[in-house]
Amino acid sequence: MSETATPSKKPNQTRSSLGQELMIPGLAVLTGLIIGAIVIVASGANVFDAYGALFTGSFGSPVKFIEGFQSFFSTGDTGDLIKAIYPFTESLVTATPYIFAGLSVALGFRAGLFNIGAEGQFFIGALCSAFVGYSVKGLPMIVHLPLALLAGALGGALWGMIPGYLKAKFGAHEVVNTIMMNWIAFRLSDWLLSGPMRSSGFRPVTPNVLATAELPRFFPAPLRFNLGFFLALLAAYLVYWFLFKTTTGFEVRSVGANPDAAKYAGMNIVKNLVLVMSMAGALAGLAGSAQVLGVDHWVGQGFSAGYGFDAIALALLGKSHPAGVVMAALLFGFLRSGATDMQSMAGIPIDIISIIQGLVIVFIAAPDIIRWLYRIRSIKTEETVLTRGWGK
Amino acid sequence: MANTSTKIVSATENRVRISYGVTLLVLGLLIYLLFGINMHSGSVATFGLNLAGSQAVEVPDFVVPAQATVYLMSAIAIFAGAFQLARGVRSTGWLIGIVAATFVVAFLAWAAQDKSFNLTGMLGSSLVRATPIALAALCGVISERSAVINIGIEGIMLMSAQTAVVLATVSGNLYVGLIGAILVGALVAGFHAYLVIRFKVDQTVSSVAINIFGTGFTSFISSRFLQKATDALNNSGTFPIISIPGLAKIPVLGPVLFENNIVVYLMLILVAVMHIMLFYTPWGLRTRAVGEHPKAADTLGVNVYLTRYVNVILGGMIAGLGGAYFTIGSVGRFDEIMTAGKGFIGLAAMIFGKWNPIGAFTSSLIFGFADSLQVKLQILRVPIPSEFLLMAPYIVTMIILTGVVGRAIPPAADGQPYEK
Repeated sequence: MSETATPSKKPNQTRSSLGQELMIPGLAVLTGLIIGAIVIVASGANVFDAYGALFTGSFGSPVKFIEGFQSFFSTGDTGDLIKAIYPFTESLVTATPYIFAGLSVALGFRAGLFNIGAEGQFFIGALCSAFVGYSVKGLPMIVHLPLALLAGALGGALWGMIPGYLKAKFGAHEVVNTIMMNWIAFRLSDWLLSGPMRSSGFRPVTPNVLATAELPRFFPAPLRFNLGFFLALLAAYLVYWFLFKTTTGFEVRSVGANPDAAKYAGMNIVKNLVLVMSMAGALAGLAGSAQVLGVDHWVGQGFSAGYGFDAIALALLGKSHPAGVVMAALLFGFLRSGATDMQSMAGIPIDIISIIQGLVIVFIAAPDIIRWLYRIRSIKTEETVLTRGWGK
Repeated sequence: MANTSTKIVSATENRVRISYGVTLLVLGLLIYLLFGINMHSGSVATFGLNLAGSQAVEVPDFVVPAQATVYLMSAIAIFAGAFQLARGVRSTGWLIGIVAATFVVAFLAWAAQDKSFNLTGMLGSSLVRATPIALAALCGVISERSAVINIGIEGIMLMSAQTAVVLATVSGNLYVGLIGAILVGALVAGFHAYLVIRFKVDQTVSSVAINIFGTGFTSFISSRFLQKATDALNNSGTFPIISIPGLAKIPVLGPVLFENNIVVYLMLILVAVMHIMLFYTPWGLRTRAVGEHPKAADTLGVNVYLTRYVNVILGGMIAGLGGAYFTIGSVGRFDEIMTAGKGFIGLAAMIFGKWNPIGAFTSSLIFGFADSLQVKLQILRVPIPSEFLLMAPYIVTMIILTGVVGRAIPPAADGQPYEK
């Protein structure tokens, strides 16, 4: 009996542990939404109206879908269909910078670094891309667009590299330093937008980028779905490839898992930390580039608000794995995009999403709470060290 | 063998000596180039020592020749750099302090050239602006001395700030708001403690979740309720200034230290009380033992978990008081994300102050000074864009973290969960 039971037990166990890997984030999100619902009810609003608007705002209304297809097949008119798929594509558009920014934080986590500076890196990346986008004239798109993207990546990389270097060389905690870099980025952008980079209009915003620097859009006018989404997916694949298929990626993960062991194995900690923070900054910078070149075409004040904290939630939710981050980013894209409708239709401030995010992070970080709430038996999985104390 | 090892040591020492020396020299030259060159001789800088409306005895203003002061400061910095290069000073901290001071004095002389600059006013506002930073730093000190990292101070302060103003407005009593803020701080910090002690959640992650939740929650309440009913919910007034009889009459020091509101006094008292508690009471000894070597403390019968709960919650109450400062202690209303990174700057002050209450307070004063200097300079119309002046506190934080953290040693068990 026992001989036959032993081999059949093993695959069973791995399946249930993989099931739990997926189940816990799912339940964490569900619990976050339930508590969010309680907050909505407590604030005196109708939770069905609110979450109904959240759903139609993120996926689109099924009725409109059917009507859109009917009118398309009967008359060949795409107008209604485009209206119907608008919320869905808009959610993908919202998810695009989230994928980049989530990857940025996830990459940091893999090296044991906590990058809270995605927000500042995002802003700087957006400003650099915008600058190249509007000031460099006369280039064909095939040169101009990559150049604008590169500028964003480099700007973000610089903003990430500074705290990375200070951490690696002097042991200055990257959490505080990346936050300080955020505030410096905000003040710098205030100055740039009020003077040197300001357009001639009334508002303190940059001029529009030239058409040659815009990320091409796939559908006619109101739909903003663009190439950026696919670039984000490509970036996710490249991060996966870097982390799991290259020697440097292995070194980075070793430094993250156990810096002392990595050091004794002859790995260069300083080089790896600086490299990772630069790459993380570049990814966050690209998030800003994708937003400015693909969606807005100009940069204004408060452009990056909230992306930094969202990115942390994404990385945690995706367990710092690129594929997980993409899924988490899609979830957040749909939530955020829907929340805009929820705000306008049901009068629920969009900040409810931050409340839900804070809760989701708590539940992901403390899976025991979820296990306790839903009576799930605990399976021993290896714990990943996310952060370390001061200056170590 | 011995010879080569001393050689290696002296080589690194040499490099440190030269790099410090060169930095100081460059700074001295910078003072001369930035400030000295475009000043005209014979100009004077007037530093006002009296504050309008204060009870202090009047003293004459302090007038200095501006250009000569800048030259003197530049010379001191260059001399210090040359001395460092030639002789090599062991304790470079003092040297950096002196040179930083020369830079600030030269800067002030340059900024106040041909103008009047109220020094007493600025020192007073430095203390006021240092108050939330110091309270955040004290929160960090008390909880990290028991080895629990809390970088969620920002979120705690936001929630406390909002609670304070709403309770104070609704009840019409500022003290109700103050107590509410402190209780909210205790509640949120208690939650953090519960997560990291009971569930062993990564302490940084848990505190970041608190920050995100705090930002989201307060912004949600603000845009759903407070903005629609400002007078009914978000207009509390502020604590009055209390002059301490007698002491307030001392020139300069009087208006700076003894004409403040209750939050500032509470902060000053807390600094002293915490210093005594940490270093001269059994509770302090237990706390430090738990922070340095929890296993040993446990063996000797100290309840590690209870000590950590108590310390983190006390820290939360202090942060709650800091939150109350933002609303009922200074402007009387809540604005979204009004803490503007002060919680994190407080953590930098804690590190700079080497996890000591008095050290943390002193470094908070430096941040408060940088903060109020920046405001005063905007009024003086210094030819530097105000946005760059606004960056100053953040840059100072980074420099301090970089320069000091290597030598500041946190409690040995800081950030690690304890398992029996």
